[in-house]
Amino acid sequence: MKPGSRAVEIVFWLLPLAAFFLLPGYLVLGSQILIVSLFAMSLDLLLGYAGIVSLGHAAFFGLGAYTAGLLAAHGWGEPLTGLVAAAASAAIFGFVVSFLVVRGEDLARLMVTLGVGLLMFEAANRAAFITGGVDGLSGVTMWKLFGVFPFDLSGRTAFLYAYAVLLAAFLLLRRVVNSPFGLSLRGVRENRRRMAAIGSPVNRRLVAIFTLGAGVAGIAGALLAQTTQFVGLDTLGFERSADLLIMLVLGGTGRLYGAVVGTLVFMVAQDYLSGINPVYWQFWLGMLLVLFVFFARGGILGAAEALWKRR
Amino acid sequence: MGQAIGVLFDGIAYGSLLFLVSLGLSVTMGLMNFVNLAHGAFAMAGGFTCVLAMTRLGIPFLATLPLAFIVTAAIGAVLERFLYRRLYNAGELDQVLFSIGLTFMSIATATYFFGSSQQPMHLPDFLRGQFHFLGGDFGVYRAFLIETVIVLTAVLGFLLTHTRFGSQVRASVDDATAARGLGIDVDRVFSVAFALGSGLAGLGGGLGIEVLGLDSTFPLKYMVYFLLVVVVGGVGTIKGPIAAALLLGVLDVAGKYYVPQVGAFVIYAAMIVLLMLFPAGLFGKRR
Repeated sequence: MKPGSRAVEIVFWLLPLAAFFLLPGYLVLGSQILIVSLFAMSLDLLLGYAGIVSLGHAAFFGLGAYTAGLLAAHGWGEPLTGLVAAAASAAIFGFVVSFLVVRGEDLARLMVTLGVGLLMFEAANRAAFITGGVDGLSGVTMWKLFGVFPFDLSGRTAFLYAYAVLLAAFLLLRRVVNSPFGLSLRGVRENRRRMAAIGSPVNRRLVAIFTLGAGVAGIAGALLAQTTQFVGLDTLGFERSADLLIMLVLGGTGRLYGAVVGTLVFMVAQDYLSGINPVYWQFWLGMLLVLFVFFARGGILGAAEALWKRR
Repeated sequence: MGQAIGVLFDGIAYGSLLFLVSLGLSVTMGLMNFVNLAHGAFAMAGGFTCVLAMTRLGIPFLATLPLAFIVTAAIGAVLERFLYRRLYNAGELDQVLFSIGLTFMSIATATYFFGSSQQPMHLPDFLRGQFHFLGGDFGVYRAFLIETVIVLTAVLGFLLTHTRFGSQVRASVDDATAARGLGIDVDRVFSVAFALGSGLAGLGGGLGIEVLGLDSTFPLKYMVYFLLVVVVGGVGTIKGPIAAALLLGVLDVAGKYYVPQVGAFVIYAAMIVLLMLFPAGLFGKRR
């Protein structure tokens, strides 16, 4: 770790708090950004560290959202245990799916994640008697956080809650990716065969990180369900998985912070541009992606790092 | 019994359409290992070409089909030359992102010009209605569809197995490096194959308006089906995609007919199971 970067990190994590006091009108958007950042971070574990391209990561996000939402809709509105339940269900499902994912080669892997995502979407869509189908799951009522802070319309509790969970998850995940385990994942990303040759249990590593990534995505989904007190089918949609991939790549993969920066830029731009015209937004987003692939592969943080090194 | 035959028939018609559209994708993924999620956009372009030609220019439906082929093949050739080609050696993630970007752009463009509603389709009289055969009622258009695809497949099969170009394509799919060493211009082979594949997708899109529908979300809606045909069918043959497309077509129609409450679930579950059972495709020849 470079000297001075600790200070940058502290400032970075103080920014959301500053936003909390300075931009009270944007708290709802702010909590969405925090939540999706966590979601993007969970994908970064797979993509940035283990090199697994997933087109169906929303499956775990949605599963977490429905778990927390259903719990709250059926009389258990305690937020923290809801998070735990969501993380557990998403992680278990991720664990099961990971065996399918680890098995295949690149293309088959891509298709399996895509298939699992679509399967979950269809499942939720068809099981309307449980999930509310296209109308979404309503009737989610949350209890007060710690029995003290209500989730009210001002969104203050929601924002700080999402912020605290994101920060906690970040600290935990940073430990994970900087551990020997994280290092072995990067090894798998760079050269799977060689890692196997030096005796690293490649598949076990991938199963572990996929499960962890799914669990974290589940937490993010649960946060969204709890703070908006609603779960829609779009939490499972393909476009959510695709957008997520875009945000992560926009920020830069394999550095955790890229997830946050990418999400911030993406969602602020989306909020602004799709306010003007949603069709334009989709067009420019597509254009941006194509340009990014050709000209700026490292994302925003990658470009910043390159600039920094050139000085 | 008649019902089951009807479902089978519709499934085959649907499957042959899937095959027609997916063939180009099979070449892209097989020849250059390019994961092209935007393939459905070519089919959509073909569909809109047909609709425009019919409504604006008053050209009869059958005459718009060659037009759809030519226009989409031209679009494919241009995109291949300026964009796709630069990513052949890129990682899978780059290809995925690039083609998602292209898909989004195509959807937004289509929405901008045509709105997001279903496009109307007026078949000529002689393709409408049903005919009675062996105790079942069959749609005339679907029979036409199957015949068309059979003829096209025969032509393509001939092209691939009996012409110089076909040999070059097969050689390049089998081993691009060796093919290069033998003096085959693999890049050029691929450009032509890409344009041809895009054209076929466009043709399929035009033919498919009646069966698949046509609106601006088309590329995303059918993306999985096209990918599936290729992944399940394996690459480098015509046989694989045919079998996969027919299987998927019949499964999908049967699923929607007999267990409508489960819907598209059948096809996604089938996809995962097939991928597990045949990781290298039905007639596995995966490098």
